[in-house]
Amino acid sequence: MIKHFLSLEWKQYFRSPYWKRGIGLKIIIGFFGLWIIASFLIMGLAIFPVLKDQFPNSDPFLMVNGFVFYWILVDLMMRFFLQKLPVMSVKPLLTLPIKRSQIVNYVLGKSGISAFNFLPLFAIIPFSLMLLKNKYDTSVVLVWIFTLIIITLITNFLNFIIESLTSKTDLSFLPLIAVIAILYGLNYFEIISFSDLISNGVLSITENPVFIVAPIAILIGLYYYNFKILKSKLFIDISVQSKSKDAKTTNLSWTKRFGDIAPFMQLDLKLMMRNKRAKSTFLILVVGLFYGLFFYPQPMYRDIVFMYAFIGIFSTGTFLINYGQFIPAWDSSYYKMLMSQNFKYEQYLKSKFTLMAISVVILFLLGIPYVYFGSKILIVHFAAAIYNIGVNTHVILLGGSYNRKKINLDERAAFNFQGTGAVQWLIGIPLMVIPMGIFGLINWLIGFEIAVAVLITLGLIGILLHKKIMTTITKKYVASKYKMIEAFSQDN
Amino acid sequence: MIQTSKIIKKYNEVTVLNIENLDIPKGQSFGLVGNNGAGKTTFFNLLLDLIKPSTGTITTNDIQVDKSEDWKQFTGSFIDESFLIGYLTPEEYFYFIGDLRGQNKADVDSFISQFEEIFNDEILGKKKYLRDLSKGNQKKAGIVAALIGNPEVIILDEPFANLDPSTQIRLKQLLKSHANNKEVTILISSHDLGHVTEVCERIVVLEKGDVIKDIKTSPETLKELEAHFAL
Repeated sequence: MIKHFLSLEWKQYFRSPYWKRGIGLKIIIGFFGLWIIASFLIMGLAIFPVLKDQFPNSDPFLMVNGFVFYWILVDLMMRFFLQKLPVMSVKPLLTLPIKRSQIVNYVLGKSGISAFNFLPLFAIIPFSLMLLKNKYDTSVVLVWIFTLIIITLITNFLNFIIESLTSKTDLSFLPLIAVIAILYGLNYFEIISFSDLISNGVLSITENPVFIVAPIAILIGLYYYNFKILKSKLFIDISVQSKSKDAKTTNLSWTKRFGDIAPFMQLDLKLMMRNKRAKSTFLILVVGLFYGLFFYPQPMYRDIVFMYAFIGIFSTGTFLINYGQFIPAWDSSYYKMLMSQNFKYEQYLKSKFTLMAISVVILFLLGIPYVYFGSKILIVHFAAAIYNIGVNTHVILLGGSYNRKKINLDERAAFNFQGTGAVQWLIGIPLMVIPMGIFGLINWLIGFEIAVAVLITLGLIGILLHKKIMTTITKKYVASKYKMIEAFSQDN
Repeated sequence: MIQTSKIIKKYNEVTVLNIENLDIPKGQSFGLVGNNGAGKTTFFNLLLDLIKPSTGTITTNDIQVDKSEDWKQFTGSFIDESFLIGYLTPEEYFYFIGDLRGQNKADVDSFISQFEEIFNDEILGKKKYLRDLSKGNQKKAGIVAALIGNPEVIILDEPFANLDPSTQIRLKQLLKSHANNKEVTILISSHDLGHVTEVCERIVVLEKGDVIKDIKTSPETLKELEAHFAL
């Protein structure tokens, strides 16, 4: 049976439209992967000598075990956002003569070979080699490796339980973050010292390997719990009797004042309010708005003037960037229909432009309190806002004409990379780096006032040429109409 | 009304549609039948300029569809569920389409009120998004939306599929009444030979992309088609 499952997986993987995509993105992702592996390797090799060097009086092995608690916390967070329970389209299998438990065991087993479980080995094994080299007992080291592998797997299955318990809600990550913060707090203020507890636990296992049954028992318990959750979900009626909540109707007649783009603005606003994926754009607004607070309170950053430009562009442009990068993919599921309706493409794009421009103005106004950290900051934010309206809106609309990926509106929002392509990675460069570079360079060469004036002038030029630019952009979209229709009608 | 000349559509050198000349005069009710892969949906997609023909041109009302967008003003269509906007309620969807077709809220309201029977209390005022409706009800909403704004050309791909028996009968009557209006050109495709012969005055049979029959509907047509497809 496993053989069949594996061949299904194999085909699903290699026949997915992913492989038809550009080689550039694959290379970028490949390099990223290699880079992560390399950093783990280096960490594994370096941690022993570095600790020995910095703390000559302590045993590096003991210190590393003291970190295990933090590692679990970080691992859990990363997994929660990035790792998904491997899905298998089970619906076609349910009516076939396959035991449900087999399907579940397969899915769970497969999650064990996730990259998240292998990555720690790249640090654990070199570190262990260093231990052996420094005359630690071989049996101790082997038991230690084995214990850490078990702990990794425990986090693996713990994560799926947390995910399945919280996945129904929009802000599913809040409970996890709260729990982790509490654990960290308890530990930090030494109310309950989890790091010592876990460190002592690991050490006592290495001293007396019999104790390994404790983590193994936990692992089995978690596996069994996952098994129960999954098995109970293996009925299609759970997905069929979808929670069709009552539709909320909203009165958006105020958009009428925008004239012929009103229908599209209403549509866009509803899109954002009623779809999980799009709702996140609103949530990210909050992050973007307070982004400056990470930097400005620290005098270290406050002296780097060109950072103002970056934060200004980012905090007044959060919505622009997060929403804009997926134009027109937001409408991908009904793009065919739009293309057969009676409207001018320009209206459609203008509605998106207007929304983004308004968002920049609102975010700038909400960000005025930053003036507390200095009036220069506000001035740069103002320049950045003008630049966003005049230049970045157009850049991102232009980038959108290269979008070829459908978006599934119903999927979870945060850290969802579905529908992300090379366009989304590359668009960040002109959007953020260029204005920051221009500002930084002129500020350094000539002076603050001129740098501000240049950003504003660029923005104003964009606003003045708006009509012309939009006509060009519209042509781009019309030219790629058939390609977009074809790409958007493919599920990936 | 609609003229196609030398239309060929190829995907990777495989010809999926090859129609020499097809003229559909104004006011005609035109039915397209054929087995799967015959090219029916491809033909409609070409008419709506959703895909580009490999060679040849299509004009409706003397407007070449891939050169100008003016045909959109008088064309209403429903191809499949991807024509629906899942996160709108049916009413909002109708208003949206109405807006694009220059119909205000009151126009749309009075227009959709005539479909109460077809909607059977399952679509209007239900506080449900289109994505939460059943396939059949989605189809009803899509077909009605295609009729908003009194289009002169109506294109419906497989309008009878997925509909319940009562709605199939009502839809037939509705299409017939539109067919009697000599201002309106209707194009439908169907696998149901009975329905299509009842509604359409002309039937074209496609097979592997070629037109192999072009019949003016008569009482014998159904028999003829059944005999043809029985082979």
